[in-house]
Amino acid sequence: MLRLLQLELQKLLLNKTSKVLIFISFILPFFVILLSSLKINVFGFFTLELGELGVFNFPIIWHLTTFFASQFKFFFAIVVVSMIGNEYSNKTLKQNLIDGLSKKEFILSKFYTIIFFSLISTILIGLISLCIGLYYSSYNEFGIIIQEMDYLVGYFVKLVGFFSLCLFLGMLVKRSAFALAFLFVLYIFEWIVFGGAYEIFGNAESAFKIKKFMPLESMYKLIDQPFQRVAMTKFPEKAELVYDYAVHWYEIVIVLSWTALFIFLSFRLLKKRDL
Amino acid sequence: MEPILTINNLTKKFGYLTAVKDLSFTINKGNVYGILGPNGSGKSTTLGVVLNVVNKTSGDFKWFNGNTTTHDALKKVGAIIERPNFYPYMTAFENLKLVCKIKGVDVSKVDEKLEVVGLLERKNSKFRTYSLGMKQRLAIASALLNDPEILILDEPTNGLDPQGIHQIRQIIKDIANQGTTILLASHLLDEVEKVCSHVVVLRKGVKLYSGRVDEMISSHGFFELKCNNQQALLDFLKNHDKFGRVKIEDNLITAFLNEPLSSEDFNKQLFEKGIILTHLVQRKESLEEQFLQLTDNN
Repeated sequence: MLRLLQLELQKLLLNKTSKVLIFISFILPFFVILLSSLKINVFGFFTLELGELGVFNFPIIWHLTTFFASQFKFFFAIVVVSMIGNEYSNKTLKQNLIDGLSKKEFILSKFYTIIFFSLISTILIGLISLCIGLYYSSYNEFGIIIQEMDYLVGYFVKLVGFFSLCLFLGMLVKRSAFALAFLFVLYIFEWIVFGGAYEIFGNAESAFKIKKFMPLESMYKLIDQPFQRVAMTKFPEKAELVYDYAVHWYEIVIVLSWTALFIFLSFRLLKKRDL
Repeated sequence: MEPILTINNLTKKFGYLTAVKDLSFTINKGNVYGILGPNGSGKSTTLGVVLNVVNKTSGDFKWFNGNTTTHDALKKVGAIIERPNFYPYMTAFENLKLVCKIKGVDVSKVDEKLEVVGLLERKNSKFRTYSLGMKQRLAIASALLNDPEILILDEPTNGLDPQGIHQIRQIIKDIANQGTTILLASHLLDEVEKVCSHVVVLRKGVKLYSGRVDEMISSHGFFELKCNNQQALLDFLKNHDKFGRVKIEDNLITAFLNEPLSSEDFNKQLFEKGIILTHLVQRKESLEEQFLQLTDNN
């Protein structure tokens, strides 16, 4: 396992483009969260301090940071599709197999890399959230801090799932740019399914129930948008704001099932293909 | 003899096209084999199948004694297919280091093999800065990293300039002299003739011949003769029971043998008849002539 991971890391880290993209996808969210936690003086008119709004309180901070950080996953998605696209365009995939790497090992080396970087990202986000939280949060009891840390699990699963989808699309179309385009096509397709379901059931709620089984939506639903929740804390009396924002076990199961399917399909695709 | 690769009734179809049809042959240890055939005869496809990058349609093949999986067997094989494939953004050293990791070989081998192909002083240059000849030599170094039991080369001199071709052939000969089994696919007949002891001849995916190069055609060779008294010589040949066809080009007579006859005996017989030659050469057909004869007959 370590050997496969080392192989892929060498391929990635010696490539300037992917090195830059990896750097961006990890450091950028880190800095955005860090900056937002600072007190910003807007041209002397007023000071903007998000901490004052209570958004950095435990446990809501876990929700917020993971939600925002996951928006940066697109940078690493480019790395994932290009690491497949490059193997095809350089024909190094063929050479790797001739040199004695099995097709299974090839897919696994990519998958381990995805898990590796998702894990690093999760740990980084976990640490920065903990630091900011400890600094700003009004509640510092241990019991409250560890509450809702399942958002970190959700974040990790979300990244692994999304990158596995990218891996599969990369294997499917062999070209990085087309793979990213396919991602967009899939996004539209999910809305078409939603439209179809809406026609059948006649209401958006049931249609969303169908859509949440689709790959992209299921990943998105893992960590729901936190704005409504922040609003809820400000206006606790408004009942229409109440929504289900938790990370549910069945949401994780759906995404993990997609992940398994994508990895399996990537392997099948490679196995069937004549290079 | 110890078999290294055994292929049984291998067939590969690409849609309606049959690229390889019912192919069987065995590669034994220590010989230099050539796979010969025109473009599109199924050479690369056959190699692709045994190297695990092309899926077979039917038939089977086994590496060594058949106890190892193809995946493990490939770690004892060195192969270059068509063009050298490496990561352009890595240096030669980094590329070979990666191959070492795949094959499970110690990194110390890299310098040793770069030395063999004469690229040691360029080891820290990026692969994309290499010329085609250097790329091909790097590919050979890469294939040699694991000290393979068999080296498979698919058109190794394709697209190279004469110097490049010469360098690659010299490297191949050196490797063959060390006792490594070599399987060389090529459509260049003189190339195969120069380095191979055994050949497999393919045409349109069908095997026409496999065996030793010098036994490819059951012929006893021919004499090239010149004589001042040409008519007497022609009469003699016509009445000689060991000679068949006789061909005359300018004043060079080519007489094909039906039975073995040594040049010594032949010369003696002529001398006794009072026919004196000015030119006597005994030859076997070149591989090119044999190959054309073989492909014409079928």
